[in-house]
Amino acid sequence: MADIAAPAYRVIPIIPALKPGAMEGSGPFVANDKIQEALGFPGQLVEDWHDRAIAKMGDLLKKYRSLKVFLDACVHCGACSDKCHYFIGTQDPKNMPVARQDLMRSVYRRYFTLPGKLFPKLVGARDLTRDVLDEWHNYYHQCSECRRCSVFCPYGIDTAEVTMAAREILDSVGYGQKYDNEIIGKVHKIGNNLGLPGPALQDTLEGLEEDVKDATGIDVRFPLDVKGAEVLVITPSADFFAEPHIDSLVGYGKVFHATGTSWTLSSMSSEAANFGMFIGSYEQLRKVALRIRQAALELGVKRIVVGECGHAWRVAYSFWNTLTGVGDGADQDDKFALMLQKQLDHRYKQPTHICEFTWDMIERGALSFDKEANDKHIITFHDSCNVARGSRMGDYPGGQFDIPRNIIKAVANHFVEMDPATTHERTFCCGGGGGLLTDDLMDLRVKGALPRMEVLQQAVDQHGVNFLAVICAICKTQFSKVMPYYGFDRKMVGGVHQLVSNAIRLGEK
Amino acid sequence: MTSILFAILFYFATLMFVVGTFYRIGTYTRTPAPLKIPTTPAPITSGGVVLRMVREVLLFESLFKANLWTWAAGWLFHASLALVLLRHLRYFTDPVWNWVAFIQPFGMYAGITMLLGVAALWARRIFVERIRYISTPSDHLMLALFFVISLSGLVMGFVDHTDVVAVKGYVLGLMHFAWLHSEVQALPSSMVLYMHLFMVAVLLMIFPISKLLHAPGLFFSPSRNQVDDPRDKRHISAWAKQLESES
Repeated sequence: MADIAAPAYRVIPIIPALKPGAMEGSGPFVANDKIQEALGFPGQLVEDWHDRAIAKMGDLLKKYRSLKVFLDACVHCGACSDKCHYFIGTQDPKNMPVARQDLMRSVYRRYFTLPGKLFPKLVGARDLTRDVLDEWHNYYHQCSECRRCSVFCPYGIDTAEVTMAAREILDSVGYGQKYDNEIIGKVHKIGNNLGLPGPALQDTLEGLEEDVKDATGIDVRFPLDVKGAEVLVITPSADFFAEPHIDSLVGYGKVFHATGTSWTLSSMSSEAANFGMFIGSYEQLRKVALRIRQAALELGVKRIVVGECGHAWRVAYSFWNTLTGVGDGADQDDKFALMLQKQLDHRYKQPTHICEFTWDMIERGALSFDKEANDKHIITFHDSCNVARGSRMGDYPGGQFDIPRNIIKAVANHFVEMDPATTHERTFCCGGGGGLLTDDLMDLRVKGALPRMEVLQQAVDQHGVNFLAVICAICKTQFSKVMPYYGFDRKMVGGVHQLVSNAIRLGEK
Repeated sequence: MTSILFAILFYFATLMFVVGTFYRIGTYTRTPAPLKIPTTPAPITSGGVVLRMVREVLLFESLFKANLWTWAAGWLFHASLALVLLRHLRYFTDPVWNWVAFIQPFGMYAGITMLLGVAALWARRIFVERIRYISTPSDHLMLALFFVISLSGLVMGFVDHTDVVAVKGYVLGLMHFAWLHSEVQALPSSMVLYMHLFMVAVLLMIFPISKLLHAPGLFFSPSRNQVDDPRDKRHISAWAKQLESES
């Protein structure tokens, strides 16, 4: 991987010329049989993969209106063609969202539509060959399911839905991706993506309590498996040990301490991330999410709060109610959901994002800050893709943009925005989302970060920005890893609650 | 003879259009959307969703965000097409409704802007490298179809006038199944008219089996038509509910 280099910055906003085949052999490692079988998928590419893949596709077309409508409705207008960070960074035309969809649309037309059956050449339909299947594995693992294309599509076609379907089909014929499926296996087995067992987690949290005590002189607790706690915190497991993630976990602990909130983590359900979404499998998505339901029921908590994580917040906000009943508004005869919903306190939104929790407390005047503690930072905020385009915070559309920014402004004096063409709903993915945060995709990750790095460079040049605040574990890891390729200090990246942690007053109130 | 052939063609094309489109819409309606996937920030009420949809349908809001040139050409084409279609109601109504009579002159000139729109979209497809790359032969043929339809329409309107009274008589005859009890009014003999009508019939027939489905498709797009309220109301599809009773 020594030959990986960052592409040169473009003279913005020039749309890159096409380089066909640029990323042809750049796909991820294939999952081995052990990893596959742990999830109930075939261990290796099955003999009759062709027929099974087509059958699976037919099945998905009946189960997901999104897939059906999205495969039919595209008119090849090209609105999305220059919107993908992977296309911008790699110039491979098959990384244009429409071309990525067409990898599957061409097969859909051949097997499921009349014109494709009669005149395949005319409508760009093609047989599902081994080459096509390989192409799927390659290019559907160069999509981070960030939904930026869907913002600009006149019909709202979301390539993420197509990517998820493709990955589900690949899994069903025994052609999965190593990184994602291995991680899902760990969650099922141990309870988190890292495979960190309960006792190790206990040790880590105790160590953290000591560290905070040393730094502040105050006993901030990081409780684990406390029955009857009011708040259950579900956070990405990277928060337990990775830098800079852990600094935000310290921030959550301090917020709960300062507001006198009783809270707990769960050793059984110690993971907010849900890679089931990345591979498009409703069953896996559901199975991973059910651990949270189980933990909430066992611990008897009243509220569920989710830590800083992008896709996890999308899953929590948009899907948890559907998958597990964490939410409100179940039908009277819906015993499964009501069992949990009756336990939860509906004066609060369920689930609640940690930023919603903190901002609510700031608005109530329950927290106070020494903003000067963050004076060394000139901060900008990167909207994480799944938070921006797949979820919400607060009680009005776009609250997911305002609340984290409000928190930053409440705890720090120097905040500037990046180019508005790349923030809010138009934000770029960090380049490592969607189950691609693995070393075997490093080349792709570096190139995919290009558009974000370009505008960050602008903000650095114009305003002297030295802190990139994010609310996503994947963004944190990805930026720490790829920023040095662009000549930035990896320590520039940090969480919003890291800034909260720096400035919060613990002694009072 | 030609009149009879066209009569058969139009009955057949209309049947395909109506049955095919309803079949598709039926499929979309029956297919569940198991998860809440509106592209956020999204409206949090049904009224908001209606407004979002109206903005998408009338103004092409998302396309406007994406690319001004594509938006301009696409909007010009679709708005002109809508006006032209409405103008053509005069051939189907007797007496002609007042507002249809009122828009006649606008509809005539909309034919020109429609042609301009098609030309601009086609130019984009040919000259912009990215769009050329994603274009299939059918994408070009579709534009060719609209090109010929609008051009032949304009020729009849501005250059080689057709006997529109006769055309109207013919259309009304078809609509009222006049051939069952009397002579059908014949189509005027005009190659331009034949071409115009033939291409329109083709368009009707391919509508339900081509990318023209983007028209009904938009209304069924979950990323645009869903209310953003997943925390407030449990959304669950039948097949997903099934999983709960199994476990």
